[in-house]
Amino acid sequence: MSARDLVIQGIYLAASVLFILGLKSLSHPDKARVGMQQAAVGMALAIIGTLFHHEIIRFDLIAVALILGTVIGYPLGMFVPMTAMPQRIAISHMFGALAATLVGVAEFRLHGAAIPRSTMAALGFEVLFGGLTVTGSFMAFGKLQEIITGTPVTYRGQNAVNLTLFGVAILMFVYLVFSPGNPMVFYGMIGLALLLGVFMVLPIGGADMPVVVSLLNSYAGLASSATGFVIENNVLIICGALDGASGFLLSILMSKAMNRSFGNVLFGAFGAPAPALAAGGAAKDLTVSSVSAEDAAMRMAYAGEVIVVPGYGMAVAQAQHVVRELADLLEKRGVTVKYAIHPVAGRMPGHMNVLLAEANVPYDRLYDMEEINSEFPQADVALVIGANDVVNPAARSDPSSPIYGMPILDVDKAKGVIVLKRSMNPGFAGIENHLFYSPNTSMLFGDAKSSLTRLVSEVKAL
Amino acid sequence: MTPIGVVELYVFVLAAFVGYQVITRVPPLLHTPLMSATNAISGISLVGSLVLAGASRDTVSNWLGFIAVTAATINVVGGFLITDRMLKMFRREPKLPPGGEMEKKAGGGGR
Repeated sequence: MSARDLVIQGIYLAASVLFILGLKSLSHPDKARVGMQQAAVGMALAIIGTLFHHEIIRFDLIAVALILGTVIGYPLGMFVPMTAMPQRIAISHMFGALAATLVGVAEFRLHGAAIPRSTMAALGFEVLFGGLTVTGSFMAFGKLQEIITGTPVTYRGQNAVNLTLFGVAILMFVYLVFSPGNPMVFYGMIGLALLLGVFMVLPIGGADMPVVVSLLNSYAGLASSATGFVIENNVLIICGALDGASGFLLSILMSKAMNRSFGNVLFGAFGAPAPALAAGGAAKDLTVSSVSAEDAAMRMAYAGEVIVVPGYGMAVAQAQHVVRELADLLEKRGVTVKYAIHPVAGRMPGHMNVLLAEANVPYDRLYDMEEINSEFPQADVALVIGANDVVNPAARSDPSSPIYGMPILDVDKAKGVIVLKRSMNPGFAGIENHLFYSPNTSMLFGDAKSSLTRLVSEVKAL
Repeated sequence: MTPIGVVELYVFVLAAFVGYQVITRVPPLLHTPLMSATNAISGISLVGSLVLAGASRDTVSNWLGFIAVTAATINVVGGFLITDRMLKMFRREPKLPPGGEMEKKAGGGGR
């Protein structure tokens, strides 16, 4: 190893340490910012170090690509609104996987039949998962951005088709490991992977996106780790492994929060018009009590404790700032206001936390499900804003319900519940929510933002 | 090309283990910044694509590298910026003077 290579490797090692420390700093919001800034310094060092690599002889394309990437990346970092964060994250998985896949293709073109078996295995893995993530993430982006319908697209034999395609791709992969020199099979496999990414995300509904986005995060990481194996670069192996572990862990957490397995999310097409509407039949006989903004405001203003339960509806209506305004007014009157966050509320892990933080809600007011559930019985009012399935008591009580067993926020145990909802349409799984018919519950119909605005002016008028 | 060594597997397994341990400690509060942070870090694939774009192999390799560098740079620049933007928003409640705290508690008790 030349002295120059030694220095470059030293820089990579330092960068790896800074990345791990950066992720570690995310265990506490007060330290996180500095930690991630140090990780950014590590990245800058790694990039500069790489520029001294002995193989690099021309800088024209590098310069243009770095500038182009910065010009595209800067607005994606600075101007994308927090409500668009899920699709923003989804599309960035696509860029990561694209980079990994292209490096894989280039390595294959260069070495072809001379590639050793073990390296070919890594390379195959890289382009298989990379390709799948490129189109899969683009589909997820499309669904979240609502370019493509958010409802699941299903047809007969869909799972059979997907499994067959996957099986064929695996066979090609095995074939390549034993005879690496076949470009037809190699590019065919990439084509299949790209197709699989589309087919895999097509049947998945909007509310299952937290799992899918996390899973694609994991795939993108594993693909870039495989790249590290192929080009024999440890920093890439390390970062890919970190990324993969993070995505994997998040997908497990999200699946658990929905009480479902990966397989069920990927192959279940949960959001399809469920045959499980049986439970809904009984609901027709029940009555819903609606409440005026004036009464609702009165009840909250004279409450001791109000727990706000935000859901995707808050994100859609971009109502987080009005929520904060209402909470401020209530607090001025001596009401304690807390926020209960379900792990899968919204469209990605942590979605609600980011939105509320954007609206300047201090983070020590945001409580996880486990922390807050025991507090609902003491709360005078639980204010549900555009959340549905995560507060459906059927998950606790009705074994025939499709969401039975899913951990929920025990909103129904509060002394009173006020639900802000656009209409009586059921949630994503088409499941009736008996919370809405409970004598304890009052419904305030209308768009979340305008309802909250009315509540704010009513509280002000008191 | 040389076959993959055992050392690389060691690195991978240990890094995945460290990642798992570190990331289990990230509270759900910061899961979105965690995702954007890992995204930004995954832009380290630049170490491969930069060489590809600048080496004297063939033109196609250079252009594949060009696209890869662009894509990875988008993640690095956008990823670190958006993570910072999000983390900047997470603030603790401003500390009240001792008297204010008492007042607030008393207010909370009275209906």
